[in-house]
Amino acid sequence: MHTAAEMMIIAAARALAGVRTVFVGVGMPNVACNLARLTVAPELELIYESGIYGARPQRLPLSIGDPTLVTGANSVVSMADLFGLYLQGGHVDVAFLGGAQVDRHGSLNTTVIGPYHSPTVRLPGSGGAAEIAINARRVFHLLRLSRRTFVEKLDFVTSPGHGSSALRGEGPQLVVTDLALFDFENPEREMQLTALHPAVTREQVRAAVGWDLREAASLAETPAPTVEELRLLRVRLDPTGLYSR
Amino acid sequence: MDKRASLAEAVAEHVRDGISVAIEGFTAFICFAAGREIIRQGRRDLTLIRMTPDALYDQMIAAGVARKLVFSYLGNPGVGPLHCIRRAVEEGVPAPLALEEYSHFGMVARYSAAAAGLPFQALHSCGATDLPAANPEIKFLDDPYGSGPVAVVPPLHPDVAILHAQRADAEGNTHLWGLVGVQKEVAFAAHKVIVVVEELVSNEVIRSDPNRTLIPGLVVDAVVVEPFGAHPSYVQGRYDRDNAFYLEWTGSPATRTRHRPGCRSGCSKSQIAPPTSPISGSRG
Repeated sequence: MHTAAEMMIIAAARALAGVRTVFVGVGMPNVACNLARLTVAPELELIYESGIYGARPQRLPLSIGDPTLVTGANSVVSMADLFGLYLQGGHVDVAFLGGAQVDRHGSLNTTVIGPYHSPTVRLPGSGGAAEIAINARRVFHLLRLSRRTFVEKLDFVTSPGHGSSALRGEGPQLVVTDLALFDFENPEREMQLTALHPAVTREQVRAAVGWDLREAASLAETPAPTVEELRLLRVRLDPTGLYSR
Repeated sequence: MDKRASLAEAVAEHVRDGISVAIEGFTAFICFAAGREIIRQGRRDLTLIRMTPDALYDQMIAAGVARKLVFSYLGNPGVGPLHCIRRAVEEGVPAPLALEEYSHFGMVARYSAAAAGLPFQALHSCGATDLPAANPEIKFLDDPYGSGPVAVVPPLHPDVAILHAQRADAEGNTHLWGLVGVQKEVAFAAHKVIVVVEELVSNEVIRSDPNRTLIPGLVVDAVVVEPFGAHPSYVQGRYDRDNAFYLEWTGSPATRTRHRPGCRSGCSKSQIAPPTSPISGSRG
């Protein structure tokens, strides 16, 4: 047995096979990247917007500026260099993004719910998300599936998805959720369902998306977490279950 | 030249009502001591500038010192939302707060342009987002060499920058190692710079390791020695981040529901015990 969070982390880790550099924030993406390093991507180097290339944290970092990310890293640079040379310079293979809202093109909202100048909810804002979405080679989303999140129209576009000329990389490629996986592999580059997690139905997924969800020609089932993946997650990477329970 | 001053003296001299203040440091080296001193001295109508406002600006805004915030991310990294800032924005409590919002790279680019004396800095960001509509300071130019539109942002020169580091000499030559962040750019961009350090060292120590000199005394106006001045944030090699403090600030009912939490008593230096968590970070 596994939790939905564990399935998300493991699915995200598997997607990093063969990836060299990943731009990551704290939380689930961080755990997923460290799991990938121990399984499918031993050469993976973690990049943090705080100025770190090649982090090897000895403890679960509580923020992207945690000192455990600094100690033992390959390189620590200024934020000007991180954003300019590493990100804008084209050296980020994959970046993880999340958000309060996502639309069918993979655009994300982390700024406001309601009008910008009088919001009902003021969210944190872009941080690095606007430039990450534009400059990373590929973007993976890590999100919980719900109608509140998967919306027809965003209240505010913080990070652009497909359909604009702003992207310098390939944009969103994969959406990993707690119920299913999605990609954008169609001519319109519209989010489509590709795999259901074990014991999840199509109907469950469709009900949790706020638009008429597109589906791939055939749906796969996400392979369940293996004993080894769960052991690494539960014993080594996140023993208190902070992100995986 | 000896630029040593106490924190109270440096703040009294340089931080006046109505000016703009940048207290930078990305998760690390955040000079909370200076923020508290600004509150203590009853400053008003400040424009606060920080990429990530952090609990520091959450406290200062709750205490009523600010009328405007220039920033790129309103969360408290790894902890949760900044309730006092959100309340100011959503409800106008304790006072309305004007916002000028960028992305991280936008803020970095503003500081870099200012530091280097340029009229703007170009960057690939914010295209096809709603941020330029929300903030008209973010503009687009056509690359004169033909590659198409590129975003540009104007220089940002804070009136005063307050920057924390491991050590400096009396002239203000400052060694900082760990997350160097944007502190160097801010030091060159700001009109006045107050450096706050864990220890004062001789110029010989500075010259023994010139690669560590992030900020030259050339751009520094005051040097303050204030050990643990960055608590609850951290200083690489000296003390760890006090996550319990951050979680308590974010979770406390006072932060979530009342404005003007008892900042004066809650933040006084005598009540701050030295951190007991193990020192992490490089020994160098």
